[in-house]
This record gives sequence, structure tokens and C-alpha cells, in this order.
Amino acid sequence: MTSQAGESRVTPGLAVSFENVVKDFGTVRVLHGISFDLEPGKVYGLLGENGAGKSTLMKILGGYQPQTSGVLRINGRPVSFSSSRDAEAEGVVLIHQEFNLADDLSISDNIFLGHEKKRGFLLDNAAMHAEAGRVLRKVGLTVDPAVKISRLIVAEKQLVEIAKALARNARLLIMDEPTATLTPSETSRLFRLIEEMRADGVTIIYISHKLDEVERITDEVIVLRDGRFVGRSQTRDITRRQMANMMIGREVTDLFPERAPVPQETAPIFRVTDFTVPGWAEKLSFEVRPGEILGFAGLVGAGRTELFEGILGLRKASGKVEIAGKPVVFRSPRAAADHGLTYLSEDRKGKGLHIDFTLRENLTLMALKRYVRPLLDPAAEQRALEEAVKEYGIRTGSLRNKASALSGGNQQKLALAKVLHPEPKVVVLDEPTRGVDIGAKRDIYFLIARLAAQGLAVIVISSELLELIGLAHRVVVMRAGRFSAEVDGAHLTEQDLIAHATGTANVDA
Amino acid sequence: MSTPEPSRSDANEAVRPRETGHASWQERIQSYGPLAGLILLCLVGTWLNSDFATPDNLLNVLTRTAFIGIIAVGMCFVIISGGIDLSVGSMAALIAGCVIMLINWAGAAIGSPLLAVLLGAAAAILLGAFLGMIHGLLITRGRIEPFIVTLGTLGIYRAYLTYFSGGGAITLDNALADLYAPVYYGYFLGIPIPVWVFLCVAVAGGVILNRTAFGRYVQAIGSNEQVARYAAVDVDGVKLKTYALLGACVGVATLLYVPRLGSASPTTGLLWELEAIAAVIVGGTALKGGAGSIAGTVIGAILLSVISNILNLTSIISVYLNAAVQGFVIIAVALLQRSRRT
Repeated sequence: MTSQAGESRVTPGLAVSFENVVKDFGTVRVLHGISFDLEPGKVYGLLGENGAGKSTLMKILGGYQPQTSGVLRINGRPVSFSSSRDAEAEGVVLIHQEFNLADDLSISDNIFLGHEKKRGFLLDNAAMHAEAGRVLRKVGLTVDPAVKISRLIVAEKQLVEIAKALARNARLLIMDEPTATLTPSETSRLFRLIEEMRADGVTIIYISHKLDEVERITDEVIVLRDGRFVGRSQTRDITRRQMANMMIGREVTDLFPERAPVPQETAPIFRVTDFTVPGWAEKLSFEVRPGEILGFAGLVGAGRTELFEGILGLRKASGKVEIAGKPVVFRSPRAAADHGLTYLSEDRKGKGLHIDFTLRENLTLMALKRYVRPLLDPAAEQRALEEAVKEYGIRTGSLRNKASALSGGNQQKLALAKVLHPEPKVVVLDEPTRGVDIGAKRDIYFLIARLAAQGLAVIVISSELLELIGLAHRVVVMRAGRFSAEVDGAHLTEQDLIAHATGTANVDA
Repeated sequence: MSTPEPSRSDANEAVRPRETGHASWQERIQSYGPLAGLILLCLVGTWLNSDFATPDNLLNVLTRTAFIGIIAVGMCFVIISGGIDLSVGSMAALIAGCVIMLINWAGAAIGSPLLAVLLGAAAAILLGAFLGMIHGLLITRGRIEPFIVTLGTLGIYRAYLTYFSGGGAITLDNALADLYAPVYYGYFLGIPIPVWVFLCVAVAGGVILNRTAFGRYVQAIGSNEQVARYAAVDVDGVKLKTYALLGACVGVATLLYVPRLGSASPTTGLLWELEAIAAVIVGGTALKGGAGSIAGTVIGAILLSVISNILNLTSIISVYLNAAVQGFVIIAVALLQRSRRT
């Protein structure tokens, strides 16, 4: 393959056909003979709940796993990729939901990892730097390509993954939840990029749980359920509700619960005054009452996550924090938990759950003291797990499973159960439905509402504005380390929030 | 253009096991690997030399394993938490030297040899825990890699011992040595004292690792330190305690070792750190931390000393190649365990 020949040449997209593709993991069949065709140069939405088999099918296409049986054809030719490198040589590039980036290498090193440009025996760093800069500009990331990956936040890593695919001259690009961490403006930029690539003839497979996005950018949707092909349709002929019904196999009732009123007379349980996290947040003040759901909206890099990391003692910070009227200083999440504040990270695998631990060990980790008598009591822990599985609707084959055996949505429910297990008074949920399917999302929304109704103060940080509009009593919008607005539930609209987040609103905050 | 027809099924209630769901039997087999290796080795030993399987020889092997085994139990905690300690051999030497000097001085000053020895015993464990705590502080508060901290103290401890001993040996006074000797040479219920101590330390280690909050935190930190930190685990405190615990284990091991020779010299405890680390690794604990077991570590320690015992008893392979055979075993074990890390 002379894929280096490059940009001037018109590179037609790839046609793909799956013929009766089956995938077994051990004795478990996860793909039951899937067949469908994709035409070149179109944008396809691949829909399905977590566990429907989307990711497995795409890993087969991307060369990460072989199929058990069945045929995969590219441009009519049967292919069998033994590695992602093989697939990339054909022009098939898969952007993972979980990032494949080496933290200690620079952006540019990562973009060219395994495909380094060389001059003789030596690496041609200047050329790679320049090319990396070009693709980064295309995806709208204004960071020096020499910066290390470890210094980037999640959304920026996602953009680097996309830039990496661009640099590989993809002719079939598979994106798995690319906007899960992106904010509206970044998402729009990504969509423009997808438009450009389609105009160039690249075939795109777009996996997302955000049906509004699927509606906006895809030509056709293909739906999988439980490892089977369920149906396909031109996007313009189908409504979002129909898509959701196809995915779930039943009617979706309203996604959001009723908003319960907040008792007005109660004093704030959590108050933050003039809180500063150098470089991220500037003299911010806010408060939450018991039973209230406070939303934090804003673009990526607005400092929302960093503000709370500062409050938890994970970053250098200054300011006043009070819980139940008493001033407190948290040096670590440990101290915060002791005072009744727990935090669910946006980064489930990196900071939220021990993937190699059992469900039980994950659930009780934050409240382990409760099971000390003086040795740990695994039987009591197991009973707590049984209750949590029921209460949070965690679907698992066996209660002795490791967390890695759960689907994304169920992992997220487990992570929620874990931060709520110490029975906090205030809980901060950072992107609580990131990468979660509609069914699980709805479960999580109802759970949050129920907890608030029981008197828990909930702070939800989210890049999905609809989520905040549907769930929160009040939303504060953060922009560049400051609050640009505070909007109460009755006046919440998507346009308003976007305007405040991007700084295009003419309203004084 | 086909019209979608939402089919009705409750199939989404079904269980969806993943690739990782059924890996547990593999892991279980691998966890028995060290034990199977040890049994195999014992069979070979019995076949090669009839003296191998005698109670005397087996107790001898266990007694010799005790020092490294006790240190390895402590090392197991440090390694599972994602750390490492290279200094334990030097630390043992320094503790041995200090304890002998203390006992000699106390024997003369207090007049009660028994009290002097008891004082020395307490001092050995406290000094070990103290030195371990210094490691822990440098690693957590000072934010220095454990490898570097303990590489530094490896040199420091041994140099101080050499300085205290003037390059020669620090020797226990004869009268005191006689009183102290049973700690190494004595028996209780027909089993040598060091073996009892080894057993106690191992059982305590197993209980602490598997049945206490501290043990769970150690595994959580080694499995993913960030997740543990966000889960309100006192990461620094737990790490500090693992090093202090290892230091205390070194102290206990030294206590057993001192009466054996009655002296400490610059060669005391040489390369113990590598033997202890090897025992932990051979026992199935991943060097990167997260998962491991005390039972495996104990078996690993015994396995390594059985190898040298067999070489001593037979003439098939030269005794001089002892370290080489152990090295081959370590690499072979690593090869066998490779699959579960991918």
C-alpha cells in the first residue's frame, strides 16, 4: 500500500460488507451472524444499547479481533486482518472509545506512533511536528504538538485520537462515541470535519448514544440489538423516538423524571465562597441545598472538573468551603468523604472503578470502615452488593464478576453505587452518563432525582445540556474559570446555555 | 430503504458476559502454579537423593527459608501496593549490627542478659519499622520513586554498618550469645523456632492482606492508584504503612539471624533484597502491583531454597550454579505468567 502518496490523490471511500459475521467469546456468542453492506462515501450511524455488539463488530472491522466465522469484504474483496495495522494499511481506522494514547509521549509522537516519518535512520521530528500541527488545527485543538498527552484533559485526548486518524489517511473511519467528552462547539467543529471527509469520499461509521447527533450528521442508521442486526433506515425517514424504540425493543417513555420542588427554607448544606484554583477557577462562589440538583454547564476546559478537584484537595487551591455551616478544608478525597462529600470522576476507568476488582470490592471501597469488625466481613459486603445490584439496577451475570465483565452502563451504575455507599450529604457527579446507553441513562436520571428527593444535595457536571435542562433545579454556566451565568430551572433552554457557555449571550450574569 | 420494525423482546435483560468474564478458571490454575512447581521440585529431589525427603532435611530447608520468607511477606505488601524496596539486605545488616551493639552494651550496663536480649529484640523491630517509615515518608511526602529512595538507602545502611564495624565484624558477647542461641537453634514441639516465627508472620500477613481494610487498600492502590485516591483511600498513609511493615519484618528476620552467627559484618544480608523480591515474583505477584498472595510468596520463598538444597545434595549441577538455576526458574515463572498480563 502506498498510502503515503497522500493528499493530492483522490482517495475513494471503502465499501464494506459483513456476511453472516459471528463472534464467540469462549462459550458465549456475542454476534449472531450479522450481515449488512455499507456504500462508500456515506456517513452511517451504528446504533444499539451497550452490549448490543457494536463495539465488537467494529473491532473486527478495525482488525483488533478476528471474527469466529463469517466473511468481511472490503470493496468486494474478502479480507482478514490480523492486526489494526493490517486494517490501517487498507485505510480502515478505528477511533476507540477508550483511548489508545501513550501518556508520556507528546501529541506528535502519538499521532505518528508506528508510522514515524524518517530521514535516513533518524526521526524527522520537524516534519512530524508540522504535520501534527496541521491535523490538530483541522480538529480544532490549539495545543502545541510537543505537549505530552498526560497534560491533556479527556476531551483534548479525544480530539488527538481523531487527529491521529486524519494523519493516517483513513478511507473508512469508525468513531465510537467521539463526542462523549466534547462540548457543543467542539462537537460542531467535529461535524464540519465529518462533512468535509464525506465530501472527500471517506466512508464514516459513527457510533453514538446521542440520537440528536445521529439525526444531524448521518445519511443512514443501522441498528443492532443483542448481537443481531435489527434494521436500517435512511436517517431522514425516521424519528429519534423510532431510533430509540428500535435500539431498546420497546417504547421509551419520558427520559426525565418530574422535578421535585426544593424546600426553600432549608439552609445550604454545601457552600463554597471565593474559591480559586490557579489557572482554572477564579474566585467562585456557589451553594447547594439538601434536595437540590445543581448543574454545572460549560465548555471543556472551562474549569468545572478542576474546580472540584481543587475542592477535594487534589489541586492547589484557596477559598472557603463549608459543609452544614461548618468551615472545612479538604486535603484529600478522604477528608472530603469523612465530611460527607463524595465525587464521581468523569474518567470511569482511570479514576472511577478498579476494573480488575470484583463488584463487591469496588462497591465497599469508600465505606470499608463499615465492614471492619475488626476483620473485614465479606459476607456483609456481599449482602450490601446484593442490595445495591437491586437498588441501582446493575445487570451482571454473576455477583462474583469483576467490574470489567460489566457493560459500560452497568459499570457506571456500579460507580454511582460506590460513591453513594458512604451515604454522603453532598455528591458531585462528573459526567454521570458519559458513554452510557439510553436505557441506563434514564435509570441514572431517575436515581439522581430519587436521591435528591430523599434530601441529598447533588451537583451534576455535564456537557450534555439536555441532561442538565431535564434534571437540574439550577444550572451555573462556567466559562474560562468564571461563572458566566446562573439559570434556574424554569428558564433553562439549550440556546441560552450554549450562549452563556460560549460567551455570545448579551445578558449580564 | 427498509422500514424499521421495532421487534419486541426482553432480550436486553439477558446477561452479557464479556471476554473477561470467564478468565477466572485460568487465573485459578495459575494461582496453583507455584505450588505445583514446588511439589514437582520436591518429587525430583526425592528421586535424586533419598536424603531429601527426610524430616531433618525438610526442617533445615524451612529454617533457612525463614529469614528470606519473613522479609518476602513484608515485601509482598510493598510490591502489591506498586512499590519496591531494594534496601532490605542492607537494612538487615545495619539492624543486626545495631542490635548486637545494643545487647552488648545493655548486657554490661543492666546486668541482666535476658533483659538485654529482650531489649535488643524490641529495638530490632522498632528500628526496622522506623527505617521503613523513613522510606515511606521520602516516597509519599518527598514524591521520590521507591526504586531510587531504596537504592539510596541500600548504600547508606551498608556503609554505616561497615563504619560501625570498622570494616570487620560486630560480634555478640559469648555469654549473651549462648542465651540468645535457642532463638535460632531451638525447637518447639519438634519444629525449629524460626519456622514457627515464619509461620506466624505468614499467617498474620495473609490475614492482614485479605481480611483487613488496610489489605484491601494495599491492593486497591496497586491496582490503580488514581482510582484509590478518588475513592477516598488515604494513599500516602497506606503506602507509608507498607514500608513500615516491611521494615518490621526485616527486624524480625534479623532477630532470627543474629543468633545464627552471633555477628554482623559488611557481607551480612548481601543480596537478600533480590531473593525476597524473587520469592514474591515466583509466588505469582505481579511486579507492577495490584494482585498477589502471601501463600504464593511463602511457596516462592520455599521453592527457591529447595532448589539450592537439591543442588547441595546432588552433584548433577554444580553448587556454584545455584544462583543461575534460581535465575532460570524466575524467568521461567515470568514466562508462564505472561498470558494473564496481556
